Amino acid sequence: MTGPVQPASSVSPMQSSGGGGNHQPANLGDILERVLDKGLVIAGDIQVNLLDIELLTIKLRLVVASLETAKEVGIDWWEHDPWLTGGNDQRELKQENRRLRERIEQLEAPKDGKRDG
Amino acid sequence: MAEEHPEQALWVYAVTTGLAAERLGTDRGVGGAPVRPLTEGELTALVSPVDLAEFGEEALRRNLEDLDWLAATARAHDTVVTAAARAATAAVPLRLATVYLGEDRVRGLLAERRADFTAALELLAGRTEWGVKAYADPDALAEDAAAPAEGSGQGAGTAYLLRRKAQLSAREAAQREAAAHAEHLHTALARLAVSARRHPPQDPALSRERGWMVLNGAYLVDDDRAEELARQVEALAGTRRGVRLELTGPWPPYSFAGVVQ
Repeated sequence: MTGPVQPASSVSPMQSSGGGGNHQPANLGDILERVLDKGLVIAGDIQVNLLDIELLTIKLRLVVASLETAKEVGIDWWEHDPWLTGGNDQRELKQENRRLRERIEQLEAPKDGKRDG
Repeated sequence: MAEEHPEQALWVYAVTTGLAAERLGTDRGVGGAPVRPLTEGELTALVSPVDLAEFGEEALRRNLEDLDWLAATARAHDTVVTAAARAATAAVPLRLATVYLGEDRVRGLLAERRADFTAALELLAGRTEWGVKAYADPDALAEDAAAPAEGSGQGAGTAYLLRRKAQLSAREAAQREAAAHAEHLHTALARLAVSARRHPPQDPALSRERGWMVLNGAYLVDDDRAEELARQVEALAGTRRGVRLELTGPWPPYSFAGVVQ
């Protein structure tokens, strides 16, 4: 970063932008947002599905205030200010996505005759 | 799954090309286990052994709900992925908790998905992800919007009501304006990027920020334009009172790794 960075109304870099060099410990919320929600999804041998992670993060949000790490966590990517996202459309879309994912999981899961019921 | 058979499981961090393993600068991963490269053809995965007692299906599900465990694991994962992105020509970060039962399974993955990985890696080489967040200060914005139309010749009560009404609609106007400004910021930043994404805003109640997060953007930028991006962020920061920008990064290309399905 060249020159002084003005506080308040100006930029406040979490890390300096020294041309791709130093990655300082970032905000935990930023890290969780990326490692849980982004990154390439490949079905490993140990299954932790998206649904689990979504439930997990909802729980995180509920318990977060009482925990040591709470201050660092600022994640919430399933529930947004309606004025930012254009109302209910997105929520409905998400619910539909969730239903579809569940359906896909059901269809893909018990291929080899292990169907229960 | 196979928790009674104590097979060695491998946690996979990233898939890379042109990895200079000696430049990683970190050799400990999740749970403090040693990280090692695993090469198949021109692709190298970074892996570390994990104990199925802690990382098997059941245990993993349980542990992911322990915020302290999750925090430590996420940081360890990010540290290795970050090191990989720096020490390789390109690196595709994998989502947290991608676990395979042994080396053969990982090699199989690299061989099977070779074309996908190669395509993704080509897109990422020589590029870095940067994050830009914008926070709007509701009060400052509303103040601006509420240009106080000084009513004359009205009673005090009427004046109060009018003022109150103006404040409320000013707040709405401020929100609309902040959203429009965020759109403008994103467009301006995306112009410097190869690829750009808008992530949902983080929860204002949990972030330490008082303002609304109106932009949570990720930008994949050619390395030789990184300075330009930083300058652009600074320039944009001054364009609107009550809106503060925050630049984060360099990040491994988490937000741009999912292009391969």
